[in-house]
Amino acid sequence: MKIVTFITSDADKRHNFVIVHYFILQHDYKQTKNAAEMKSNKNKRETYLQSVLKQGYSRRDFMKFATYMAAYMGLETSVVGQVAKQLENTPRIPVIWEHYQECTCCSESFIRSDHPIVSDIILDKISLDYTLTLMAASGHQAEAAKHATMEKYHGEYILCVEGSVPLGDDGNYCCIAGRTAIDHLKEAAEGAAVIIAWGSCASNGCVQAAYPNPTEAVPIHKIIKNKPIVRVPGCPPIGEVMAGVIVHYVTFGTLPELDRLNRPKAFYAKRIHDSCYRRPYYDAGLFAESFDDENAKKGYCLYKVGCRGPMTYNSCGTIKWNNGVSFPIQSGHGCIGCSEDNFWDNGPFYERISSLNGFGIEASADQVGKATAAALGVGVTAHAIAANVAKRNELKNSIAEGTRNEKQVKED
Amino acid sequence: MATAKKDLTFKRVYVWELPVRIFHWANALCITVLAATGFVIANPPAIMSSTEASGQFWFGTVRYIHFATAYIFLGVMLLRIYWAFVGNRYASWRSFLPLTRKALQNIRHVLQIDILLGVDKEHRLGNIAIGHNAVAGASYVVLFFLALVQVATGFGLYEPMSAFFVADLFGWVIPLFGSDFTVRLIHHGVTWLMILFVIIHVYLVFYHDWLEGRGEVSSMFSGYKFVLTDRIKPEDTLEGEAPPAQEEAPWTEEEKTPAAEAH
Repeated sequence: MKIVTFITSDADKRHNFVIVHYFILQHDYKQTKNAAEMKSNKNKRETYLQSVLKQGYSRRDFMKFATYMAAYMGLETSVVGQVAKQLENTPRIPVIWEHYQECTCCSESFIRSDHPIVSDIILDKISLDYTLTLMAASGHQAEAAKHATMEKYHGEYILCVEGSVPLGDDGNYCCIAGRTAIDHLKEAAEGAAVIIAWGSCASNGCVQAAYPNPTEAVPIHKIIKNKPIVRVPGCPPIGEVMAGVIVHYVTFGTLPELDRLNRPKAFYAKRIHDSCYRRPYYDAGLFAESFDDENAKKGYCLYKVGCRGPMTYNSCGTIKWNNGVSFPIQSGHGCIGCSEDNFWDNGPFYERISSLNGFGIEASADQVGKATAAALGVGVTAHAIAANVAKRNELKNSIAEGTRNEKQVKED
Repeated sequence: MATAKKDLTFKRVYVWELPVRIFHWANALCITVLAATGFVIANPPAIMSSTEASGQFWFGTVRYIHFATAYIFLGVMLLRIYWAFVGNRYASWRSFLPLTRKALQNIRHVLQIDILLGVDKEHRLGNIAIGHNAVAGASYVVLFFLALVQVATGFGLYEPMSAFFVADLFGWVIPLFGSDFTVRLIHHGVTWLMILFVIIHVYLVFYHDWLEGRGEVSSMFSGYKFVLTDRIKPEDTLEGEAPPAQEEAPWTEEEKTPAAEAH
């Protein structure tokens, strides 16, 4: 059993304590509510547990899954039961997963998340109401399936968006089924209970929005302003993080606690740097100077070769990638900050300090600063010389006066 | 030489009160320490070491000094803001903002005479500032805003590491700019602007000290500046808010050339 710990400070502990209690209250309320709902439409909609069992998983697998998810969400072990109970009783929530300007790395990441149930339960079998990449239907059938879901579950479904939306040329850079991404997004968002922006494209614009942004790509929160959007940035985001966000909503019926940038705090409250196993080298001032030097071999901190860990909020250091095998820094490459806004334009990736646009190619603040300070130094020197020339009469007079006074000093 | 004609006598005037001087030097020290540690943090020196990471913590210490100094920097800044409302006329917030006609006139004078090195033909007493001149005052307003930017961006970057309420007050900074990258770049760039300020500031202090000989440099230690006796009202007129100081130069036509006070 893998144990993931997010609790690193007293503040976090208090914080978790509060959420846990909130969840329990929320749970009691939901349980009664769900029990009533279950009676009315039990036959129509399967619960998550029913669906999992039908697929041949054992109850034990299901409990493992619930434990994983609770751990990823940073919950205490006492809440595992609550998670399991909710998944047992909650009818599954349909998901519409939209693909706009994207590379599908988010979907790829999601279906490779740690536990097979994650993809099975959430995506493949249960809620595959609409996702262009994975659904069996295509063409008009696919669109029809989406519209059926949107009508039937109006106000209930989860809308997941992968990819940015281009605004340039009336949105014609991204068209699906003859309509622009803007149209699709607005239509799907209208009846969504929750909107999740998967990955950096939907959250921040990512590479499409990088300079010069020819298609005028924007993240979805620039278009949908009247609904809360959970941003799950990363290129791609970690599969377990994605699963955690969905399971949280499924389990508790509420969005996970979000930070000021609407990212789930459980996964984005800490920087890579804060959970990096190379952090002791940073504090000790031991840095790799280049990727092939002795210090790099010793596994020293990659700060000086451009690691963005100190500026990047994500869970790579704790959850890691590929079933917890590794993450970039562990593999000897600095973090490129893929879950941060505008990370493509804050390059170069292998320099500590971003280059300044408008000051020549890859001029850093230091180069500009040094040049300006030097020019200023020359300037004040020139001014000092000029001042002595221009004010020579005054100086001569004041020196003469001072000298005269010096001669008159009484020595007694 | 015609210089013997005028006896230029000066009086000591208490310009910079003790809190102002303490602020000045604390601030100067903070900026120096913050810039030095900041550059080390931005680009740490290459060190090869046979000691394990567990045995050393120098980079952590440098960062600690940077953060601790930042709190002091913020603290003295708040004290100075307070003193701008209770201090003497040279410490007052009014002395920084070129809002009056007189201040605008003084800006013109300083630009013409001190920056463009023109010849002062008027020799008006009032043109020679006793505290800081109007251009200097405005430059401190600029410095103040640079310092505010540094405090906001610095504490914004620091906030995720801290549970202290002062740091938490700056939680809005990073969301405002979208990411740490931009905030860090601003923090780094403004450091350079402050360095440029320091170069100009120190040069002009030396400039005034050298050309005016009124103790410009030492005034920030002693608090006193030397002011022409003519500019100071005789004691018998001193009561409450007296009429404004005499502005016309006391020189007669033939006396104009030599004035040592004419900087």
